Amino acid sequence: MMQDQETVLLQGHIIDSLILAKVLDTILMMGGTFDLQDMQIGKTREEPSRARIIVRASSAKLLKEIVHAIQPHGASVESERDCRLAAAPADGIFPEEFYATTHLPTQVRMHDQWLEVEGIEMDLGVRVDPVSLTARTIPMGQVMRGDLIVIGREGVRVIPLQRPRDRDVFSFMASQVSSERPHGHIIGDIAKRLVQLRAGFQEAKAGSKVLLAGGPAIVHAGGREALTWLIDEGFIHVLFCGNALPAHDMEVDLYGTSLGYGHAAGRVVPHGHEHHLRTINRIRAIGSIEAAVTSGVIKTGIMAACVRRGVQVVMAGTIRDDGPLPGVITDAIEAQDAMRAAIPGIGLALLVASTLHAVATGNLLPATIPSVCVDVNPAVPTKLADRGTFQAVGLVMDAASFLRDLARELGWKP
Amino acid sequence: MSRLLVCPPDYFAIEYEINPWMRRSNAVNSDQAVRQWHHLMQVLEQDVGAVLDRMKPVPGLPDLVFTANAGVVVGNKAVPSRFRYPERQREEAYFEDWFRGQGYEVVTLDSGHFFEGAGDLLGFPDTWFGGYRQRSDIHVFSTLSDWFHREVIPLELVDNRFYHLDTCLCPLSGGELLYFPPAFDHYGQEALAERIAPPRRLFVPEAEALRFACNAVCVGKHVVLPAGCPETESLLTSRGYLPHPVPLDEFMKSGGSAKCLTLALD
Repeated sequence: MMQDQETVLLQGHIIDSLILAKVLDTILMMGGTFDLQDMQIGKTREEPSRARIIVRASSAKLLKEIVHAIQPHGASVESERDCRLAAAPADGIFPEEFYATTHLPTQVRMHDQWLEVEGIEMDLGVRVDPVSLTARTIPMGQVMRGDLIVIGREGVRVIPLQRPRDRDVFSFMASQVSSERPHGHIIGDIAKRLVQLRAGFQEAKAGSKVLLAGGPAIVHAGGREALTWLIDEGFIHVLFCGNALPAHDMEVDLYGTSLGYGHAAGRVVPHGHEHHLRTINRIRAIGSIEAAVTSGVIKTGIMAACVRRGVQVVMAGTIRDDGPLPGVITDAIEAQDAMRAAIPGIGLALLVASTLHAVATGNLLPATIPSVCVDVNPAVPTKLADRGTFQAVGLVMDAASFLRDLARELGWKP
Repeated sequence: MSRLLVCPPDYFAIEYEINPWMRRSNAVNSDQAVRQWHHLMQVLEQDVGAVLDRMKPVPGLPDLVFTANAGVVVGNKAVPSRFRYPERQREEAYFEDWFRGQGYEVVTLDSGHFFEGAGDLLGFPDTWFGGYRQRSDIHVFSTLSDWFHREVIPLELVDNRFYHLDTCLCPLSGGELLYFPPAFDHYGQEALAERIAPPRRLFVPEAEALRFACNAVCVGKHVVLPAGCPETESLLTSRGYLPHPVPLDEFMKSGGSAKCLTLALD
């Protein structure tokens, strides 16, 4: 939930007089919240104390009322300056001192008003249009010579996440990575969110899409049927993956193997290692995954479900890819842009069994989007948190078990 | 020896209404007012031993008599008031001239914040109390604290009948505090309770608070207060003070009493 905020200063003998207590109580009683910053307490009786208080409220109107109520007690609104801008010196180059974004909601001040920065994502710059008074994040590679880019930190404010109203696993907003904890309640909470989001998606409500970023371990470990069911039931709306997940998913459909391992036989089959190459070659011959599904060549599995349900799929290639499959974007920056374009409208992100895609997706997500990172290796959710995606809930668990438990929770009967 | 600034009530009258006590229909009996004022001066000079500096009254400024609102004086430094109401803003120049004429170093507050002098700023030698919300702005107290190197505890005045701090709080020379707690919000009451030990807190009963028992002048062990406050007198006597009740009901018509009619200069 976005909040309005104002910074106020309070100084004088505010401690013993209980003026500070009165101001803070007033903020809370009126329905606002505060952060106490830069509290300096006088060392002697005569030395004054100073407090810098960030006042937050759910609406601009309430904020104004609160500030109005605390001003007679000495709280003065801190004078704020506009953000500083500099023109990009060349295409693809930010001006020196450019402001680097976080993935938290951010505002910049222009002509004495705070503008919401659109397209929140970490590690970008902020481009301001002084005519339309809009601000938007921009990747380094997309900046054009002369673009006005925010520099320094003045006139920029980052708004910490508010605790969500829903009291579920996401309300902790911190990665608690542990293989020693039961998973049941976390999966239960994710299932509840999926049900709510599907209902929202069906009513075309903003922020109701569910993103799954996954690796081929989903197929190898036996999570394919569960994920297919989740897609078919309309719980997943965007899929981020590489070349391998679709290749092995379709290999199962064509050969009954993934990476040459027979799913029904439970063992490596002779010449099985060729199967995924033959699958890729076949799809390349047909021209697209979509054509392979609609023509009936590929009948089952994750990609078939995506085509049937119109799930938006972004396939980002990597250096060791075979083929790749048609539709896999091999230019890394182009792939990043395609993933970025699919982010608006996402209300929940499931990052399953892929270090690469989990971190890449995490970097693109605003912190306001609840995320779950599932991996059998505890290092993956930890790495994700270390790289800034602190809001992700970490689940140390095999991908197939996760997807099967989640699908069962939602009514899947294998 | 205590020096006090006073101003004879030659032009004292109710010509406007800027506090709940003032009603133009409730005319001042000028002769009576002059008698009461001279009686007060006599008590202050003869019984208390104060030295009085008299400033010249000015026609058309009926409240100039309330010199407590001239400003605040510490040593050789004087800070003239910035009145909230235009009716009294006309007094500012006269008070400032008087301070300059007497050789005080006059330090002026920025315009934009109100400050009504010793009516809203009084206390003990090391700690002052500042009344705000009715007349003075809280902001001026941090400036004054800075200038005079004194702690100033701001206290919100929540009852407009007690519109200046000196109408509901009177620090005494022995460290006791004579006051009427309900004139303050609970934060102010708590702050006072934290600062003043229980035996030194002297609570004035409401009936006497409304007669401005707290609007008293304390010089040494002498306390000059409006007549008609026997319980307050007993409280003072019990702590070893010498109460001097003076009838000042003509000035109460304007919302002022003994303390309002004087400004401590030392």
